[in-house]
Amino acid sequence: MTPFLERFPLVRHIGTLGPLIALLGACLFFASQSPRFLSGQNFSLILQQVMVVGVLGIGQTLIILTAGIDLSCGMVMALGAVLMSKLAVDTGISVPLAILCGLAATTLFGVINGLLVTKVNLPPFIVTLGTLNIAFAINQIYSGAQTVTDLPDGLTALGNTFSLGDVAISYGSILMLLAYAASWFLLRETAPGRHAYAVGNNPEAARLTGIATKRVLLFVYGLAGLSYGVAAMLSVARTGVGDPQAGQTENLDTITAVVLGGTSLFGGRGSVLGTLVGAVIVGVFRNGLTLMGVSSVYQILITGILVILAVTADQVSRKGR
Amino acid sequence: MNSRISLVALAATLSLTAAAADQPIIGLITKTDTNPFFVKMKEGAAAEAKKLGAKLMSAAGKQDGDNAGQVTAIENMMAAGAKTILITPSDAKAIVPTIKKARDAGVLVIALDSPTDPVEAVDALFATDNYKAGQLIGQYAKTALGGKPARIVTLDLFPGHPVGAQRHNGFMSGFGLKAADAKSNDLSTAPEIVCAADSYGDQSKGQAAMESCLQKSPDVNLVYTINEPAAAGAYKALKSAGKEKGVVIVSVDGGCQGIRDTAAGKIQATSQQYPLKMAAMGVAAGVEYAKTGKKASGYVDTGVTLIAGKPLAGVESKDTKVGMELCWGKK
Amino acid sequence: MNAEFDNNPGHMPPPDHLPPPGSPVLQARGLVKRYGRVTAIDGADFDLRSGEILAVIGDNGAGKSSLIKALSGAVVPDEGEILLDGKPVAFRSPMDARKAGIETVYQDLAVAPAMTIAENLFLGRELLRPGMLGTLLRCLDKPRMLAEATAHMQSLKIGIRSMKQAVETLSGGQRQGVAVARSAAFARHVVIMDEPTAALGVKEGNMVLELIRRVRDRGLPVILISHNMPHVFEIADRIHVHRMGKRAAVLNPRRISMNDAVAVMTGALAVEDIPPECHA
Repeated sequence: MTPFLERFPLVRHIGTLGPLIALLGACLFFASQSPRFLSGQNFSLILQQVMVVGVLGIGQTLIILTAGIDLSCGMVMALGAVLMSKLAVDTGISVPLAILCGLAATTLFGVINGLLVTKVNLPPFIVTLGTLNIAFAINQIYSGAQTVTDLPDGLTALGNTFSLGDVAISYGSILMLLAYAASWFLLRETAPGRHAYAVGNNPEAARLTGIATKRVLLFVYGLAGLSYGVAAMLSVARTGVGDPQAGQTENLDTITAVVLGGTSLFGGRGSVLGTLVGAVIVGVFRNGLTLMGVSSVYQILITGILVILAVTADQVSRKGR
Repeated sequence: MNSRISLVALAATLSLTAAAADQPIIGLITKTDTNPFFVKMKEGAAAEAKKLGAKLMSAAGKQDGDNAGQVTAIENMMAAGAKTILITPSDAKAIVPTIKKARDAGVLVIALDSPTDPVEAVDALFATDNYKAGQLIGQYAKTALGGKPARIVTLDLFPGHPVGAQRHNGFMSGFGLKAADAKSNDLSTAPEIVCAADSYGDQSKGQAAMESCLQKSPDVNLVYTINEPAAAGAYKALKSAGKEKGVVIVSVDGGCQGIRDTAAGKIQATSQQYPLKMAAMGVAAGVEYAKTGKKASGYVDTGVTLIAGKPLAGVESKDTKVGMELCWGKK
Repeated sequence: MNAEFDNNPGHMPPPDHLPPPGSPVLQARGLVKRYGRVTAIDGADFDLRSGEILAVIGDNGAGKSSLIKALSGAVVPDEGEILLDGKPVAFRSPMDARKAGIETVYQDLAVAPAMTIAENLFLGRELLRPGMLGTLLRCLDKPRMLAEATAHMQSLKIGIRSMKQAVETLSGGQRQGVAVARSAAFARHVVIMDEPTAALGVKEGNMVLELIRRVRDRGLPVILISHNMPHVFEIADRIHVHRMGKRAAVLNPRRISMNDAVAVMTGALAVEDIPPECHA
């Protein structure tokens, strides 16, 4: 922002390196405070705790890279979670089929967001504010505001763990890492991925070079919807229930992770791996402060400070160009 | 860069309060960090933990209904070595599988204030009898109306929450209406209830709900509210409509602000509960478990008292002076 | 969206044919475009010959941008015809024109600043890996894009060290160089440049002029729209003067003075009063 800050060359790179440094710093600090922090088991636990926001964050990153934003992600996930668990419990259809229905529903919501953004030309903020409420209402009506319990084992299998040495790792966190690897590959190594960056960076230039920008956006919103479905699977597996009250703050949580990860809210800059780092930073603070016995309010305080620092770094690095 | 330094400094100051390792660790998980009821509960637990030499950890969901946040808190507390976890479940059903995991790992889990669904999912429940709390204000309201035909508005919590259902149904039963028993999670209805709306226990939402109900039924003469913030909202709506004089408002909780509102005549009567006591008893049970390995079990009633602005013949109540002495919140 | 390139193994080709210099490449006859009661193009003719730089000049409101939009497919004319290599063509969109081999460099720098030079050169027509990786997953062939970008920029003598730099690290002239190079790389018939030097300083402007000359020397005819008369006179082979929605004259910059050309453009000098040797 200020010319003073720009005098330090490091500040310009903070957008890319900052998140990792912040994460390492936080880990070092908590390791010095609690002997329980620095253990494989604890890190596995942190991964397990961030897997829902982490996978939602993939979709949010895709959309923010195109200079959009998705407020509906948490509610769409909750709808998917209730749908797959209620279908499996009430209608007795097989677990894979129930999961497929849930994935289809969240993907459909993503596509609807995309169609409203591209065909009706509405701003993503407003579109997803609308679908947030629609998804919430459908979810409450469909579930009768009742939590779905007694799920078949298949639905909670991703919450189970396997042992690696003396560390228990949940299948869900492995699925999250795989989802990150796939989206990283998509964004870096494929034409549609680069087109998503181009659309976010300079939509007019992208259109003039012949990129079908609306098709790119539709693809991005649809894929984001699919990632919310995967997050729904993980949420069901982690909590062991289909919870219609879930997902209420996840939209802001994912935006926090994306911003902490150094992705620019103005679009076209950033990386999906940064979002993973951002989500883990939040998880590390929550876990570390709890281990230290510090009230959870301070976690919120620190997250707030980090978000403002991350956005400042983004602004400064943009100014430097 | 700067961020790291300031964070380290901040966290370092906080960590000075960290306790020695051999103390029993007790975790307290509330619904939110912001509701004064839970803030008070936390203070009660902290005071008792200090007295008994235990280390208290606390965490909370982000908002009422945030189950995932409570799941995370349980996991973190287990990782931190807590052997007792006290929890006010945000989602009575959704938290059950996670509680089961904790109990399987040998953790004593006690529900405070509100039960899980099913109640047996925890080792013990320390709570007020919310159904009885409702009955007390129901009886008071019946006497206060003195035989006039009742036109009732209920400002409830939100759908599917047992505390909301117990207070509501208890109120109806105390009033002499047919209602479901204390085990039900569904709000009963009756022709006398002309409008039922969710307030989420929040003053502004309670006010909005009351305004809508007044549109629907302008001739209301009795308002039941889930808690005192909702009651304050209802009073404000009635006052704006110029109807505050002819309407009886009853509530539950007994926070100091609520008692003041009762003394001021905004609320006619409220059932006072004792969150400090609940939390303190929970901590004591945790210390006992750490020392002797004996787990607390079953339902423990922490008591409820009817506080009324004006005592009515035939209804046992205490005055607001007594209420102020026992209340929680800012005196 | 890259169908035409997937079918074309040799990327960044030279123009697929080099017609004898002076033969017509892009022509327009009697173009008309009306917007309500305003007639933006009023029976305009246009001729671009192979191997030349044709400057289009005209006062503001003369309708030259409407003419250029019609030639690049951004506007569909109401009447008249456009001929490419003597054959009539009908462009419904800029994509149609591009598929026919007409590339346009836009005034407001159509680049994605956060992306690298190589990525910008291939934006919208990325080179894909051979086999299933390319057809199914649409995986990028990054090494080949990098190599071809480097070779192409070298052949145009644009001195940029690394194709992996983000475009936003470049100067204004270098960015324009990237945009010109991209058009030159993919144009098979015509490059249209809309005010390519408008936002640039003297040195950078000269650099871009030099680049335009190199594009022409490789055999691609260039249409240059510019307000900068010294630049027009320095580089153009012929000057198309547009006035009142139509072609007023085609001038020879080596015979006519800059002042007279501007006078024709503004109507101060009647076309009939120009000496015949000044026509081109």
